[in-house]
Amino acid sequence: MKLHRMVLGLIAIGAAAAILAHAQGGAGVTEAMLLNPPADSWPTLNGDYSARRFSKLKVINDTNVQFLSLDWEARVTGGTPADATPGMRLGNVRVAGSPLVVNGMVYFTANDNAWAMDARTGRVMWHWYRESLGNEPVTSNKGFGMYGNWLYFITRDNYLVSLDATSGAQRWIVPVADPKQYYFSTMAPIIIKNHVIVGTGGDSLDLSGFLQARDPETGEIQWTHYNTPRAGEPGFDTWPNEYAAAHGGGGAWVQGAYDPELNLYYYGTANPNPVYAPQSRAGDDLYTSSIIAVNPDTGKMAWYYQASPHDTHDWDAACDTVLIDGTIDGKPRKLLAQASRNGLFFVLDRTDGKEIVATPFVDNQNWFKGVDADGEPIVNLEKQPSLGGSLVWPNAGSATNWPPPSFSPMTGLFYVGEGEGYGVFYLTDTDEHPEGYAGIESALGEGPGAIKALDYRTGKVVWRHNWPEGGGAIGMLSTAGNLLFAGNNDKLIAFNSRTGKILWHAGLTGGPNAPITYMLDGKQHVFVFAGDTAYNFVLNISAPAPHAKKK
Amino acid sequence: MKHQVSILLTAALSVMAIALALRAQAQAPTQTQSQPPQTQAPAQTPAPAAQEPAMAQPNPAAAAGTQVTVSATPAAIRQSGEDPEAVARGAAAYASAGCGSCHGAAARGTGTGPDLVRSPLVEDDTKGELIGPVLSQPHPKGGQKPDLTDQQISDIAAWLRVQVYGAAMRDTYQYLDIVVGDPQKGEAFFNGAGKCNTCHSVTGDLAGIGSKYAPPQLQGLWISGGANARFGRGGRGRFTANGGMLADTAPPNITPSTITITVTLADGQKFTGVPVSVDDFDVAFRDMSGAYHSFERHGEWPKIEIHNPLEAHWELLKHLTDDEMHNVTAYLVTLK
Repeated sequence: MKLHRMVLGLIAIGAAAAILAHAQGGAGVTEAMLLNPPADSWPTLNGDYSARRFSKLKVINDTNVQFLSLDWEARVTGGTPADATPGMRLGNVRVAGSPLVVNGMVYFTANDNAWAMDARTGRVMWHWYRESLGNEPVTSNKGFGMYGNWLYFITRDNYLVSLDATSGAQRWIVPVADPKQYYFSTMAPIIIKNHVIVGTGGDSLDLSGFLQARDPETGEIQWTHYNTPRAGEPGFDTWPNEYAAAHGGGGAWVQGAYDPELNLYYYGTANPNPVYAPQSRAGDDLYTSSIIAVNPDTGKMAWYYQASPHDTHDWDAACDTVLIDGTIDGKPRKLLAQASRNGLFFVLDRTDGKEIVATPFVDNQNWFKGVDADGEPIVNLEKQPSLGGSLVWPNAGSATNWPPPSFSPMTGLFYVGEGEGYGVFYLTDTDEHPEGYAGIESALGEGPGAIKALDYRTGKVVWRHNWPEGGGAIGMLSTAGNLLFAGNNDKLIAFNSRTGKILWHAGLTGGPNAPITYMLDGKQHVFVFAGDTAYNFVLNISAPAPHAKKK
Repeated sequence: MKHQVSILLTAALSVMAIALALRAQAQAPTQTQSQPPQTQAPAQTPAPAAQEPAMAQPNPAAAAGTQVTVSATPAAIRQSGEDPEAVARGAAAYASAGCGSCHGAAARGTGTGPDLVRSPLVEDDTKGELIGPVLSQPHPKGGQKPDLTDQQISDIAAWLRVQVYGAAMRDTYQYLDIVVGDPQKGEAFFNGAGKCNTCHSVTGDLAGIGSKYAPPQLQGLWISGGANARFGRGGRGRFTANGGMLADTAPPNITPSTITITVTLADGQKFTGVPVSVDDFDVAFRDMSGAYHSFERHGEWPKIEIHNPLEAHWELLKHLTDDEMHNVTAYLVTLK
């Protein structure tokens, strides 16, 4: 009887808390929350501004993860019932980016679709859909940014959309770039103070990629930062002429990271254009394939580091820029790390962009000739695409890619999913004014990949797990429970983050995206999407009831 | 007692769920909101002007007097959905009207006239509605109305759209002549440093290979051993042999390039076949009779050995120079 009353009481409290949480949905995401995300939220793509994808939660840990079990799964369908046109069949969606979790609701996107889902039940609360006007078959929209009770995402045809998180109602939709010019967009917007920062690119037809800040209330432009310089601007002398620079590519399509103390926003830029043909853009082609720091209030660049000078292999530096507060030679340092598509691991001083580490993380590469006086890679120009073909390791699909790596401050290890492979790069447009890709890459050899755990101070491999099959770039999550979550083929796997030992796995209906974790009703959840299906895992052991007082 | 609690719990949760559902319904009257953009109809909404840095700029990369020779490929014309005859007429009209003297033979611009392929006006055009008005009025530079019929204007617009499509859509690209190597040196490498002749023979498995494949395919096939294209491995080292259909019981077709697997169980039972999938938790394969098997993996068991006959190619390619690759290709092309 006593128990009975207690449980009833708990239910009442739980119900009240739940109703309160919903009633307070209006409060949504605050600046303070973005600076210091509460344990019961995942308010940005990578969990916080650092892009480490590290959670302090340790309810689930290396001693109990074997009891991790399915709480619920839920499948979403894209498009509308009336939409039977090719390209967006019902159910034919892939949730590529990590969802946001705020006030017990999960928010996520897939291309032209967006959803809110009850984190407790998997129930779809609303679904927004709009048919794209673009012609790029992009399938990897990275998701939402959130501020207050407003959600922001960019469609593949470059419209920035603001939705009401409660109802899914569209507040406004504004064009960022013209899809007919072959601009396309996939980046999850990042909210910094009163700026909604989005980027766009698309490398099919020699555009000028840019980053833009928009007003969170109106969607109006606050500033635009082109990733290639205009005449007279610094870096302009790395292009032969204004025309080449203005059509030089360098999109912005991966969410970066933000250091509030330095007030700098960091991101990696895409490859230059024309993609494979070098002849019309002699020079380093700044600021393409670069890591850039900009002031989020003005869009002014503070520093840059070029990961692939004069790239001709589609090696975007558009991979996560992970902020690490670490120690180098006994001195505390503000660092930024990136495992880049060209196969190099970079560690920079994020106050000034100075190189500390630039070393291959792949087993095989044949273009890197060391670093120059500025600490930037020296490229073997003989490996540029050619008529007869140039055999290059890694290939254009790359050593790694946008699926996010993870850094654990607990282990000091940077985890990256990598793939070994080569491609043959042919020039197909020998005109002195080539356009578009202007070449063909034949990616004939893709070997199996590995997870590598790198010492952030040196880039040295501390442990690696070779996949029997599959691999390549993998979205990851590390936690203070000494766990690393990652996917291989159709499995979600938990590793001991110090040793690389496999501790748990679950078979899903497809390859998982980057997992997230959060507390809800006193339980730690691990949440992941595989294609169109959400999986929510909790510990299936008799832990104390979440609201129970200890006796 | 326990039972009672769980019933109460269920009831309470149901009430909550109903309340939440009702609330959700009130908030989102339509579960699926198919909303075309309300604020702008994008067809009439130009992109922000900031995205157009180059409309009226001459293209210095194509200096005056340079003969621009590239043009959209037949695949581009086919895939673009434009009427091929209109495109052909448009090419002729573009040339005869003298557009190329400033805009270049392939409309990519010259020192005196802008690139039309990268022109937003051309890119945004769908049926001549933007290009047409420009061509039916005095030319912005020349002051004279081009001597073109409405049909010619429409045809030129179609041809221009194909130029845009052909540049942007890389699946329409064509290889140029990729045979740039020295066949004698290729033969020497084949029989010498490359050790190709330890497994292959130009009068045996490679006889007539130069007639069977176009050079780009031939080069891809010989360096990879056909790894991705036909046998064993797919992207990121995936096994693609046969597949997982239980009903498919045909014996596997074993070629010299086929990846095979040997699986030994703890009780000594041993299987040989082709892998369907292998990960850290289970292994699936077809044995030589075609029968499908799968086993869970626990620690060392079952023992798995993968035999990849293409390992030698993989190792070779880590050190193969481009000259060596081109030379061997030039040699193999001669094996008619």
